[in-house]
Amino acid sequence: MSKGFVFSPRDWDSHPPQIHPGYKSTPLRGPTKPLVVLPQTLSELTGPVYGQDAVGPLDHDLTKLAAKGGEPNGERIIVAGLVSDENGRPAPNILLEVWQPNAAGRYIHTDDQHDAPIDPNFMGAGRCVTDADGRYRFITIKPGAYPWGNHYNAWRPNHIHFSLFGPSILTRLVTQMYFPGDPLLELDPIFQGVPAASRHLLVSKLSIELSEAEWALGYEFNIVLRGRAATPMES
Amino acid sequence: MALKQTPSQTVGPYFSYGLTPEQYGYDYKQLADNNLGEADGNGQRITIRGQVFDGNGATVRDAVLELWQADSQGRYAHPEDPRGSNTGFKGFGRTGTGTLPENYYEFHTIKPGAIGDGQAPHITVVLFMRGLLNHAYTRIYFSDEAAANDADPGLALVDAARRNTLIAQRQENPAGIIYQFDIHMQGEQETVFFDA
Ligand SMILES: [Fe+3]
Repeated sequence: MSKGFVFSPRDWDSHPPQIHPGYKSTPLRGPTKPLVVLPQTLSELTGPVYGQDAVGPLDHDLTKLAAKGGEPNGERIIVAGLVSDENGRPAPNILLEVWQPNAAGRYIHTDDQHDAPIDPNFMGAGRCVTDADGRYRFITIKPGAYPWGNHYNAWRPNHIHFSLFGPSILTRLVTQMYFPGDPLLELDPIFQGVPAASRHLLVSKLSIELSEAEWALGYEFNIVLRGRAATPMES
Repeated sequence: MALKQTPSQTVGPYFSYGLTPEQYGYDYKQLADNNLGEADGNGQRITIRGQVFDGNGATVRDAVLELWQADSQGRYAHPEDPRGSNTGFKGFGRTGTGTLPENYYEFHTIKPGAIGDGQAPHITVVLFMRGLLNHAYTRIYFSDEAAANDADPGLALVDAARRNTLIAQRQENPAGIIYQFDIHMQGEQETVFFDA
């Protein structure tokens, strides 16, 4: 029941290792044994389908989605980009989920005890679906840096968490988008866990084209998912 | 390949209001929950439950699990399955380990049928957590499918001594059929994780 195509493998030159000791949660949580490589069957070549009907009208605008009659605090930004596969083919109708802290670096998550204010007009979660050209666009507030207990004076660089499905369960991706020029990047073991040659892929670019005059700066963050391998599989 | 894959990053500890908001009590509709089964009236209703253990044997309270499975007739609700699903069964579920006592996760679903290519009935699991840099794939097989499991080409790729980490143990009790499936990230009982 093979489909005549396969996805190219996860690129382990681009993804972090299973265990990166500088990030102290990984040594007890990353798998230690080699992954067993399965053939790509129908179970791998299919995956959850969520289209435009899964997204509410304000889900892409985090500045309005949870607002309780006021504007959220902080710097309004536009985050947009292209979702494509490794072959450069745009990926239309792909669901993206994002979450982030507010401008003060505080998540609404009850586990977040950082002494920074909750913003009554900002939750920090949103969703959108790529259009026919593979493009997505969010409006949000630039997230603040926040401290975490990993090491003395550990602060996460500004970042937005992204979750994408793609065309199959194999293209599932959870990642984080960072901001250009952030001096915390070189001190952050989560970012530094990525192989050096691929780190820049997680850093968005300031884009004057995406910016809107007198309103919001734009940051471009393009996302590349696993693509179909060049050689079709025998069926 | 012309472009490099965007690197994976940990889901972190604060995914709950983004990925599982209703489960954790946030005022935002969630995409999917731990109840997959209702749309497939022909299916055998089952509960899958278990815990996720770290390398010290401690239960993990900030993991999120996703299930991807065929319906009771072995069909996937996806355009690549030429047969399609003839029920409203979507086949996707998601839940976090932070809301039940002792960090259990629980899915209410139907037992998937065999998909018809020689593989035993199985469910794909995608696992995320703080400290896990790449999501982990594993599979749930069923203890009452011994003959099919013995013939399964995926299980055949796994060391015989580790296959039991992939087999959910069936228990019948007054509440219904429960399959117990624990995930061990490390150690003697480290669950088999897949790549494909
Ligand atoms: Fe974060």
